Amino acid sequence: MKPKRLDEIIFELIKKVETELPEEVIYRIKKAEAMEKTEIGKKILRSILQNIEIARDAKKPICQDTGTLTFFIQMGSKFPWRDKLKKALLGAVEKATREIPLRSNTVDPITNKNTGNNIGNYIPYIDLEITEGKDCEITLLVKGGGSENMSALKMFNPTNTLEDIKKFVINHIVEAAGKPCPPTIVGVGIGGGADLSLKIAKKALLRPLGERHPNREISRLEREIIEIANKTGIGPMGLGGKTTVLDVHIELAHRHPASLPVGIVMQCWAHRYGKIRIYGEGGVEWLR
Amino acid sequence: MAEIEEKILETPLDKNILKTFKVGDVIRISGIVYTLRDKAHQRAITLYKEKKKPPVDLKNAAIIHCGPIAKKTSGKWKIVSAGPTTSMRLEKLENEFIRYSNVGMIIGKGGMGESTARACKKFGAIYCIFPGGAGALAASYVKNVKNVFWLEELGMPEALWVFEVENFGPLIVTIDTNGENLTEEIKAKAREKISSYIR
Repeated sequence: MKPKRLDEIIFELIKKVETELPEEVIYRIKKAEAMEKTEIGKKILRSILQNIEIARDAKKPICQDTGTLTFFIQMGSKFPWRDKLKKALLGAVEKATREIPLRSNTVDPITNKNTGNNIGNYIPYIDLEITEGKDCEITLLVKGGGSENMSALKMFNPTNTLEDIKKFVINHIVEAAGKPCPPTIVGVGIGGGADLSLKIAKKALLRPLGERHPNREISRLEREIIEIANKTGIGPMGLGGKTTVLDVHIELAHRHPASLPVGIVMQCWAHRYGKIRIYGEGGVEWLR
Repeated sequence: MAEIEEKILETPLDKNILKTFKVGDVIRISGIVYTLRDKAHQRAITLYKEKKKPPVDLKNAAIIHCGPIAKKTSGKWKIVSAGPTTSMRLEKLENEFIRYSNVGMIIGKGGMGESTARACKKFGAIYCIFPGGAGALAASYVKNVKNVFWLEELGMPEALWVFEVENFGPLIVTIDTNGENLTEEIKAKAREKISSYIR
């Protein structure tokens, strides 16, 4: 930790996330390309892979929509730099906007006025959880407007079944079609209140691709949704083909007996995220 | 599997040539591409209605729904990333925009609706999809920024940028001059397919 300041560490995290896709995502896109049967689908996936390489080599943002930045932070109550964390984070976002550069995507909800630095009311969004110990883990998730616009919430009746939820999710994937830039990763939150269902749906995107929910019934539901979504023929960019989703992750929260909210959050193929651990004793580790 | 042949077109486009393309064809273009997002569309339409003209001639031009990231170094603009944005947001404006501008090609992502398809048919324009999210790839085909308009008033993403491009693509035709709409057809088929999987 010594040679680098906290804001520099966070800047590096933002830069890596905006310019390099995680290996597991690239692997899945390559697999989709190899499996694709339609010529257009193959062409689209090849362009995507070419884009990933150009961005990584030139250290340029993968997509011009550099998204909204959400930081999920698990901070030890004895983390020595806890007082400095927020300031460092905002400083890093401002610097990243200027230097990488990122597009400033932070506008006043009423007047449309852009703050110019990706900082505004509640933005960047910081989700803070206090844990034990001295270390601090920071996960950054970047989501563009196109995929965020394809979020959905439905307040089910508790008498509804998993089959009803499956139908809701699959219909949603079909109606969203090419808009969220498929092949997508789909996060589904079942339970909680309305806000919580959407929050865990977004957090579900951060689960490693291919990892199934520990609950067997939910794991089966995930597999079924993946299978059906990939049989719809929506395909890459909605232009037809075999791969519409790269993965579907469902998370559960306990709920009020009278409510059964289901939240859906979709992420484009450019699934930009990264996770670091800053040790209280000094040093940084790249986790994912 | 044989690769689809990619035809290269030069701007300004020739509407007689655009007529020969069908949905599913793949094109690349060289020449000039103008970026016009939500605000620029509104502004151009307002100008046409006031019998004024936008600062560039859009007749037979290629436009892209795109809010780029640009960086100015030693007085010169460079495009960092410039992929398409979701075209459906412009569905309410596009018909009128095509009618007034007589534009040749609209580039975006995600597909467009019936109203745009009707205008394409009536005025001989086509709508093409560039792979969404591939902003770095798109920027690699931009050889030069010739100009930028409305930057002060609309900001970087919404401004009207004038890109000089070479072999910009792949551009997949999804609405042709017959008004065929590929993404809507795929969606309709998908709706049909899922009805057999879910009850």
